[in-house]
Amino acid sequence: MTTATASHDDHDDHGHHGPAKGIMRWVLTTNHKDIGTMYLWFAFAMLLTGGVMALIVRAELFQPGMQLIRPEFYNQMTTMHGLIMVFGAIMPAFVGLANWMVPLMIGAPDMALPRMNNWSFWILPFAFGMLLFTLFTEAGAPNFGWTFYAPLSTTYAPSSVTYFIFGVHMMGISSIMGAINIIVTILNLRAPGMTLMKMPLFVWTWFITAYLLVAVMPVLAGVVTMMLMDIHYGTAFFDAAGGGDPVLFQHVFWFFGHPEVYIMILPAFGIVSQIIPTFARKPLFGYASMVYATSSIAFLSFIVWAHHMFTVGLPLQTELFFMYATMLIAIPTGVKVFNWVSTMFRGSMTFETPMLFALAFVVLFTIGGFSGLMLAIAPADFQYHDTYFVVAHFHYVLVPGALFGIIAGVYYWLPKWTGHYYNENLGKFHFWMSFIGVNITFFPMHFVGLAGMPRRIPDYALQFADFNAIATVGAFIFGFSQLIFLFLLIKTIRGGEKATDQVWEGAEGLEWTIPLPAPYHTFAEPPHVK
Amino acid sequence: MNSNSPLPDENSGHKPNNTALKLVIAAVAMFGFGFALVPLYDIFCEITGINGKTGGPVERVEQWVDTSRTITVQFITTNNAGMPWEFEALQEEVEMHPGAWTQVEFWALNPTANDMVGQAVPSVSPSEAAEYVQKTECFCFDQQTLKAGEGRKMPLIFSLDPKLPSHVKKVTMSYTLFDAGAFAK
Amino acid sequence: MFFRTWQRLSSVVLGLVSAPAAMADWGLNMPQGITEVSQSIYELHMLIFWICVWIGVVVFGVMFYSIFKHRKSKGAVASKFHESLGLELLWTAVPTVILIAMAVPATSVLIQMYDTTNSDVDIKVTGHQWKWQYDYLGEDVGFFSNLTTTDDEIYNRTEKGENYLEEVDYNVVVPTGQKVRFLITSNDVIHAWWVPEIAVKKDAIPGYINESWAFIPEGQEGIYRGKCAELCGVNHGFMPIVLEAVTGDEYQVWLEEQRAGKIAEAALAQGDFTFDELMVEGAEVYARSCAGCHGTEGQGLGSVFPALAGSEMALNDMAGHIDIVLNGKPGSAMQSFSAQLSDVEIAAVITFERNAWGNDTGEMVTPKMIIDAKK
Repeated sequence: MTTATASHDDHDDHGHHGPAKGIMRWVLTTNHKDIGTMYLWFAFAMLLTGGVMALIVRAELFQPGMQLIRPEFYNQMTTMHGLIMVFGAIMPAFVGLANWMVPLMIGAPDMALPRMNNWSFWILPFAFGMLLFTLFTEAGAPNFGWTFYAPLSTTYAPSSVTYFIFGVHMMGISSIMGAINIIVTILNLRAPGMTLMKMPLFVWTWFITAYLLVAVMPVLAGVVTMMLMDIHYGTAFFDAAGGGDPVLFQHVFWFFGHPEVYIMILPAFGIVSQIIPTFARKPLFGYASMVYATSSIAFLSFIVWAHHMFTVGLPLQTELFFMYATMLIAIPTGVKVFNWVSTMFRGSMTFETPMLFALAFVVLFTIGGFSGLMLAIAPADFQYHDTYFVVAHFHYVLVPGALFGIIAGVYYWLPKWTGHYYNENLGKFHFWMSFIGVNITFFPMHFVGLAGMPRRIPDYALQFADFNAIATVGAFIFGFSQLIFLFLLIKTIRGGEKATDQVWEGAEGLEWTIPLPAPYHTFAEPPHVK
Repeated sequence: MNSNSPLPDENSGHKPNNTALKLVIAAVAMFGFGFALVPLYDIFCEITGINGKTGGPVERVEQWVDTSRTITVQFITTNNAGMPWEFEALQEEVEMHPGAWTQVEFWALNPTANDMVGQAVPSVSPSEAAEYVQKTECFCFDQQTLKAGEGRKMPLIFSLDPKLPSHVKKVTMSYTLFDAGAFAK
Repeated sequence: MFFRTWQRLSSVVLGLVSAPAAMADWGLNMPQGITEVSQSIYELHMLIFWICVWIGVVVFGVMFYSIFKHRKSKGAVASKFHESLGLELLWTAVPTVILIAMAVPATSVLIQMYDTTNSDVDIKVTGHQWKWQYDYLGEDVGFFSNLTTTDDEIYNRTEKGENYLEEVDYNVVVPTGQKVRFLITSNDVIHAWWVPEIAVKKDAIPGYINESWAFIPEGQEGIYRGKCAELCGVNHGFMPIVLEAVTGDEYQVWLEEQRAGKIAEAALAQGDFTFDELMVEGAEVYARSCAGCHGTEGQGLGSVFPALAGSEMALNDMAGHIDIVLNGKPGSAMQSFSAQLSDVEIAAVITFERNAWGNDTGEMVTPKMIIDAKK
């Protein structure tokens, strides 16, 4: 890895008096640390909001029968839960971590386009405010699933669909601008001596993710624009009555949708690739291989989209192609897992909270990967498609996958951000409650899915009752455990044991060379990287 | 600065603005690509016939009739929601040789008190047979207008290309009738 | 001693091997199903599953070993190795070979599933919001199939029946020993027709016909329950499928009964009914065909589904009431029921709606009036 001469940059000789005071600091800031912080808090708020929706869903599913809510509201809850978690929690959290850490890791003073950075963030509260507001209208929130297939989302949609489309556009613009910022920053602002193949893996994974975002977010914008035109301007992209095609919707949507799920996991791969070497006190095994594997995954993600459509009536040769291409993705993904395990092997490991979350990631994401491989087998998928088996798969890769990656990153870098160590016992408690909760919630879903329970239903036949009850208990455990995290974050920001500059014994990289808490401006002079 | 530096200098011409501009153009291009997928999808389906949709009118040519085999062709109709017309195939099925031209008739009647425009959308099963269905006349080519209470017979003249794969012995031709009032031409 | 170990080992192996099938009974695994295709899929599923389990055992085994032995608290000193081209190539090549091994049986099962040729029976399946419609091609038999679980069961006012949410008024009957082809489409939004025991799942897409097939061997007569498997609106969870497999002879008898039933129904409509008869029948039709949207008390659902209790149409506009039930309301979710319900059922349900929940018009709509309205 890289070594760098320490560069303690807290010049006050530009006439700065530190950050502005009050709310306008946050409204007008172009500082990557401030913006990173805002993204992270926004994402956490969205996580809790989406989490409440999940708990409403799980509470209703605790027993057969409709106890708490009606089916029409249930469909709004499942739809909004998906939209908010995907677009409001996971993606902004990763952007927040990128904002905070990419400039620090490459020795840059800030992002390349700081004012655009501010806009990228501030669009989000407006977009999600609008989306959440639809819950309180008479027509109700979007209720057609986060995948919003036509014609359910066009001809048969509630009037809130227009706000949904507008919200997606705004959020998409935010993501595209953020991605452009990251690519430009990485290409142009690396410290002298930091070649591409010396960049930390978190920077690499975000670099690749940013290209994916630039490529596919506009396609999402295109598909919701086509919806808008069908609904309001008399076109027939997806309406067979006018010569359109509902299946076209699925092709265009999933052309975005599949790369989107890799957008949601690649940065987590990067985070875990920083954390494991630190706590194993050993360099990451196979750095170059990890870069090539990540690139392969990104490339392959463009040619597998129709595995979400195996039951739509694709011709045989098409179905076979997408099955083979999807199975291929297992190879670079497996390579990454083997490299992480090889990093640990013959290391000297300690198990602080970031490492616990990272290790759980490796195991549980891999389990999610296994169910993904099973889903790739097209003939078998006819029995899995649109059941809880799929729900189990994607929650494994997204919750103990992406979310644990984010949480691991937060614990890992929190001392550098705040200057204090978090309380390690509380952190471990948060970990164990989350780990237990997540497995109790999602593991039984494999069983009910295999046994025949479809997705997106508010009520179910009696044979599914026991596992649903278990899953609900797990969901409440997991959900309330995140309040431990909230408490811990606030506590650590306000005070705690002072951390050393390096924070973690095995940590390496430019971000550990700055003082802590991280000064408002860093690397005004670029460090030299050997 | 040494020559490894990625920072801007007079020699590199590498300015953040150029990269940003290129990426913005890429984003706009991908937006356009999303829309381009619409005609691309249609063209791809037409060329390969793989979405079970039959093509437009063809010239009627007398072709070799394969009397060694008989294909059963079934006709089914579906009314889309909100389309109250009577709509049915007057023959449920025909037996025909590939290459022979056959005419069948459908019946449509508008029982409402308003003039209406309908559009029939074809679909063929198995979908691999779609590219071998040749039609010279089909009510599905155009929108059909029926006045209030009006009913009429609608013809379909078609043949199956003799190159239809030998394992296909039954072809189902389905027409779904939609209310095309919103798209009336 | 060797024998004892062997005994233990074989009981473990036997347990593991039979466990998955037993697990299906406990609701833990995919059913093996009753057709050759469903069993091939089940075997494929188990093959991939076991491969994943073994890969997991090996990888997690190394990982947990490492977590145990290579910890600082045990005095482990970190090595420095951080790359190996040989290893990278090895663990790229080995998974590739395993994947190819999986792809071969997967391809052959998929090809089998796509072969819909030479069917003996063709059934058109149409998905509606929120029920299925079945038409037997060439047999002059067709009917709708609605969920019969009552609102009272769903809303916990009465105890739930054994087949809660998995029961319908009319089963889709198929013969064993014959190849049945399903032609699947939709009337409105995308649905999906799925019966796990025969491993048939296909999207029902408006404007398209999709096809699938099943061959249920003789000896597998029985009832098999399925579900809608694509979000299709508010009652997506309330439109199940009940497939009834009967012998070829029983199937012919059933077809005859259906045809006779239609004739009988038409004859019935010519007869006379009392007000009370219509009210009783109407209440039952309402519960199964209308209450899902219009509410058990005719209260509707906000602005989405209009209330019938106290409505202008139910109180004052009989002609409009008959028209809207027969022809639906284009541009809304109110569908035409003239094909779904018999003349007697329509007359009964309109009579019911005009007199229930305090509407009390005292009016009676007869089946003859419905026949006239259709002219």
